[in-house]
Amino acid sequence: MQSLDSFRDEARVRAVMEQLARVATREWILMEVCGGQTHSIMRYGIDQLLPKQIELVHGPGCPVCVTPLEVIDRALAIAARPDVIFASFGDMLRVPGSTTDLFQIKAKGGDVRIVYSPLDALQIARDNPGKQVVFFAVGFETTAPANGMAVFQARREGLKNFSILVSHVLVPPAIIALLGDPENRVQGFLAAGHVCAVMGYREYEPLAEKYRVPIVVTGFEPLDIVNGILACVRQLEAGRAEVENAYPRAVLREGNVAAQKLIAQVFEVCNRKWRGIGEIPASGWRLRDEFRDLDAEQKFDVGDLRVNESPLCISGLVLQGRKKPNECVAFGKQCTPAKPLGATMVSTEGACAAYYRYARHTFAVVSEQ
Amino acid sequence: MCLGVPGKITEIYEVGGLKMGRVDFGGVTREACLEYLPDLQIGEYTIVHVGFAISRLTEEDAQATLALFREAGAFEEELGADTG
Amino acid sequence: MSIAQNLQAFTCPLPLRDYPNIVMGHGGGGKLSRDLVAHLFAPTFDNALLAPLNDQAVFALNDARLAFTTDSFVVKPIFFPGGNIGELAVNGTVNDLAMSGARPLYLSAGFILEEGFALDDLTRVVYTMGQAAKRAGVQIVTGDTKVVEAGHGDKIYINTAGIGIVPDGVNIAAQNARAGDAIILSGAIGLHGIAILSQREGLRFDSEILSDCAPLHDLVAAMLAITRDIHALRDPTRGGIASALNEIADAAKIGIEIDERAIPVPRDVASACEMLGLDPFYVANEGKLIAFVPDEIAPRVIEAMRSNPLGLDATIIGHAVAQHSGMVVARTPIGATRIVDMMIGEQLPRIC
Repeated sequence: MQSLDSFRDEARVRAVMEQLARVATREWILMEVCGGQTHSIMRYGIDQLLPKQIELVHGPGCPVCVTPLEVIDRALAIAARPDVIFASFGDMLRVPGSTTDLFQIKAKGGDVRIVYSPLDALQIARDNPGKQVVFFAVGFETTAPANGMAVFQARREGLKNFSILVSHVLVPPAIIALLGDPENRVQGFLAAGHVCAVMGYREYEPLAEKYRVPIVVTGFEPLDIVNGILACVRQLEAGRAEVENAYPRAVLREGNVAAQKLIAQVFEVCNRKWRGIGEIPASGWRLRDEFRDLDAEQKFDVGDLRVNESPLCISGLVLQGRKKPNECVAFGKQCTPAKPLGATMVSTEGACAAYYRYARHTFAVVSEQ
Repeated sequence: MCLGVPGKITEIYEVGGLKMGRVDFGGVTREACLEYLPDLQIGEYTIVHVGFAISRLTEEDAQATLALFREAGAFEEELGADTG
Repeated sequence: MSIAQNLQAFTCPLPLRDYPNIVMGHGGGGKLSRDLVAHLFAPTFDNALLAPLNDQAVFALNDARLAFTTDSFVVKPIFFPGGNIGELAVNGTVNDLAMSGARPLYLSAGFILEEGFALDDLTRVVYTMGQAAKRAGVQIVTGDTKVVEAGHGDKIYINTAGIGIVPDGVNIAAQNARAGDAIILSGAIGLHGIAILSQREGLRFDSEILSDCAPLHDLVAAMLAITRDIHALRDPTRGGIASALNEIADAAKIGIEIDERAIPVPRDVASACEMLGLDPFYVANEGKLIAFVPDEIAPRVIEAMRSNPLGLDATIIGHAVAQHSGMVVARTPIGATRIVDMMIGEQLPRIC
């Protein structure tokens, strides 16, 4: 198998950058939707090598970042219960709620466990019949087949001590919300490659047509990303606005049909609040009624949650691509990965954390007025 | 979102009614659920996200993609030379 | 100042106050750990030998210079691919001493055993310690044993202290690194940390990766035979090479520039890191060292290292520079740059 190294090959990446410099005759603003792509861009320094005409704006594709504070506070309240084993992907552990985080819950005796897969959480439930196992099901469409299967399997086995706390968000409604904003500057999109591996890219075709924006399905390795950018810019230069697949080795137009079937069985569309952005209609998934007993939100009454956002944090503007992390007055001062004010600084693929961790040496930080 | 890592199927079996497989990620192997790629065979490649195979990955596709990048580069260069 | 006022001063400024309880990150080797030491232990114990915060203290006693270190071992699982907590304890302590250029001589070993811990397992651990001590040429000359109730320990914790003699003319300390120094890495990274992670519940995977747990004093002696002018040495344990480099950059007030392409990462380690979303630069090593030496001598030092079984893949990974003091910057595989930052708590596997 072609090793990943080929997709990180410097000569190949530079060759594409050179083409990009020739092809781009004017300034273009592109958005990469997915946090994993943001992470890759900052970690490899792709933005440093782009021709000056191309501006990359970082999108809201960071499920950790957009999970509302209420959901995080709910998760923390559940995790603090002595009868609960709380399982989560590593990404969520450091996200601060209004007053605490999962690390501190763990420090006070809460049983918090990192898992690699929702099926690991299911196994924990089988191994601990005397405890309630709750899995924090955060993610975009990519993770829904996995979370859904855990629920499906739990039902099949008749497990009574397993549930998931769902915070699934969907990409197309977010893009629609961005495009609908009169202040939107984004002219082309790099769609999230693995979201599309699951869902396909048919649903983006009406968007490209209606809003006249090219949408290029893009992967995550440096070569994939720069090729996605090149394809997008080529379209913009030619006045085209189509959905294009620059990640054909992993993505089919129809996506993974089996996964979509399971998702439809287990989840249904709902409105969701995106942290820092607000409610976007029909932008999330929740468990269907028949799976209510596996829905941690229904199962656990955690009382009133009083949410406490930092007034300084501009995560929302960063997630919408309206501000860059270094344009925030708190960036690098009151807000650092060690003491984050908002989710975009905590999450490893949040734009603020990525900027701070990988690239704060390359640009000036806005000084306080 | 979406750390998806390519790997090669080395075993296929069933656990609790679910189709599972052993995936080799280049020296390290782990179990993954293959329910979403029911036709996947031993020796084939897939992209795995949180323990689930979500996409079939073919060597030809990967090679083709790389070749495409190479060719596009060469083609553009010719074009550039003509019009430049 | 009253004790209360003193304590107040110690728990300000922010970093400690943010966490009223100890969290796992405080033991991770990253920023939280450093803050705990820098804001609580160091100012409270307050003395010149502790202040540099090296892995060992070096002081003169009569005509000799001694290196003195302590370490505790709480690794889980206690038996891991390539070793166990016992040999880790011996080699880890030997290495702490070796990083000052000292010849390790004597160790102490304190055991905290959990009620219910199998005697067979204890025998295995202790036997391995004896073997490791012989291999490293040190003697375990004093010790202690305590037993805690079931549920109040994790099978076995080991605390060690170590003493060694630093040869004349050798002044190895983090703060002695100089701009212009070549930075040498003794071999491939990530083995120990990944070997441990492969056994961790929730993340378990199969691999043939073995911990690189080994005593480095012979390798250091071989380097010192070429030159006494080694400026700094660090074994990149918790927190990986990223943390070690950041600590040295901070202590010596220099910048560091490394080339990612120069850093050897075994294929399996790279694959495991890909799978879990980890950066190999932050993964623990237990048989590797980083050396800061004057650039002109570096080639000869490397030649000497490569003649030693633990330095076969020794290579220059970068240089200390005068710019961006305290910051480690790496050339990425595609030719751009990125900061290799200090880790905050522990590195967590991610899905994004």
